[in-house]
Amino acid sequence: MATKVEVLDFIRLFADKMTEHRQELTDLDQAIGDGDHGINMSRGMKAVIEKLPTFEEKGTDEILKSVGMTLVSTVGGASGPLYGTAFMKAGMVVKGKDELSEQDIINMFQEAIVGIQSRGKAVKGEKTMLDSIMPALDQIKASIEAGDSIEDAIVKGEQAAWDGVEFTKTIIATKGRASYLGERSIGHQDPGATSMAYLFQAAKEIAKK
Amino acid sequence: MKKFINDVENVENEMLEGIVLAHPEYVTRLEGFDVLVRSDKKAGKVALVSGGGSGHEPSHGGFVGKGMLDGAVAGSVFTSPTPDQVFEAIKAVDAGQGVLLVIKNYTGDIMNFEMAAELAEAEGIKVVNVVTNDDVAVEDSLYTTGRRGVAGTVFVHKIAGAKAETGASLDDVKNTAEKVIANVRTMGVALKPCTVPAAGKPGFELTEEEMELGIGIHGEPGTERKPIQTADEIVDYLMERILKDMSPETGDEVAVMVNGAGATPPMELYILNRRVQQILAEKGIKVFKTFVGDYMTSIDMAGASITLLKLDDELKELLMAEADTIGFKM
Repeated sequence: MATKVEVLDFIRLFADKMTEHRQELTDLDQAIGDGDHGINMSRGMKAVIEKLPTFEEKGTDEILKSVGMTLVSTVGGASGPLYGTAFMKAGMVVKGKDELSEQDIINMFQEAIVGIQSRGKAVKGEKTMLDSIMPALDQIKASIEAGDSIEDAIVKGEQAAWDGVEFTKTIIATKGRASYLGERSIGHQDPGATSMAYLFQAAKEIAKK
Repeated sequence: MKKFINDVENVENEMLEGIVLAHPEYVTRLEGFDVLVRSDKKAGKVALVSGGGSGHEPSHGGFVGKGMLDGAVAGSVFTSPTPDQVFEAIKAVDAGQGVLLVIKNYTGDIMNFEMAAELAEAEGIKVVNVVTNDDVAVEDSLYTTGRRGVAGTVFVHKIAGAKAETGASLDDVKNTAEKVIANVRTMGVALKPCTVPAAGKPGFELTEEEMELGIGIHGEPGTERKPIQTADEIVDYLMERILKDMSPETGDEVAVMVNGAGATPPMELYILNRRVQQILAEKGIKVFKTFVGDYMTSIDMAGASITLLKLDDELKELLMAEADTIGFKM
């Protein structure tokens, strides 16, 4: 179960994490991309926080949709449409709900993945953010099925997200600018998968409260 | 980092202000947006919109004007502009004949421009797009994002822009743009990397004895690092890759662009061009027109790219048609 207050806390915490890890994400992107992932994500989430007072009174669905719209219009690059679409899609499956059930949380991540896949025309294993969000959701689903609470499932999901980040070091990028490096992309950690793992870290810290 | 900037957060905005103050007769900024449009909007023609991250000046705002682009959208440095910005540009330049988006083949650019096209179509504006992918350094296969759009994009602006100026239909302008894309090839090299202001340090390191071949236009590393060679040897290598991919025949006519990456002096670009022309002459390929200068830069990168465009009668006529923009006059 998650409340609207927890969703808002999660958004604020994710924004803090993007500011805190701005340089790290940028450094990762400089190695295999164009070196702006941390800059773009922190700018986008900063804009979300600035706009938050204008929509925090609305329902959870509207809040998530507004976060997505703000990211689309402030982040740019590939991350803007991808994170923006993910938040918008997540908002659409919880229409009218302020209290989110376990199934709602799973559905939100599921729809976010569908949105990222269709916007980015990517699948798992291409060294993208999908390589952390997909194993994380698989783990959350498996944990719930095994009888874990949603809080414990999210804790395990976060670990799966970081395992996915580690996995990106072993594969060749076939999407995005890193794909131009071919085999030279092996050994490098994907910045998009990393920022996505920080999203799960934020979710975990809220869940553990 | 040592640069003429006030605040890294304001680089793009202050640059756009400076451009408009320098060239009000060419470009006007849409208030509240990072969009430059023609100061003399022309009715009754297909409109062209391009754009991308900043840092490639004079691309793309420098090519807004008669015979080229109608609008250019500037993102943050090396970052695609957002859909709302592109949407504003589309709305501002549409003259009822439809809008052609010229997109360089990057994941982010395609996603943002496609989202903008979806918004415009929802408002009843006819929008089609072409994607430039002239960089032969990147292998085109099912397993990559495909080739990058680099300096050859400028020929698309020039020729599709000239086509639109004739009053051609949206489909015809698009077909001409596709023809340019099918016939244009580029490859680049860097001697020194560039520094994105907000990053504060170069995107990669090169020693005094190294060069990076197959470089893109965003400070991203290239496909191969080698010890530095003479100008002629470097041109030989780049031209071999381009010609192998293009496979022109004796008697074919081409346009040549030797493009500077931002921190390469004209002196060196001309030395590169000298060898390009020698090679083409040896192969019996006729040079119809040559362009040497900074057209698609990467901020302060020391480097260059060579572009060849294979021409037919239509492309020749459109290439030579009048163009009057800040960065390209014909």
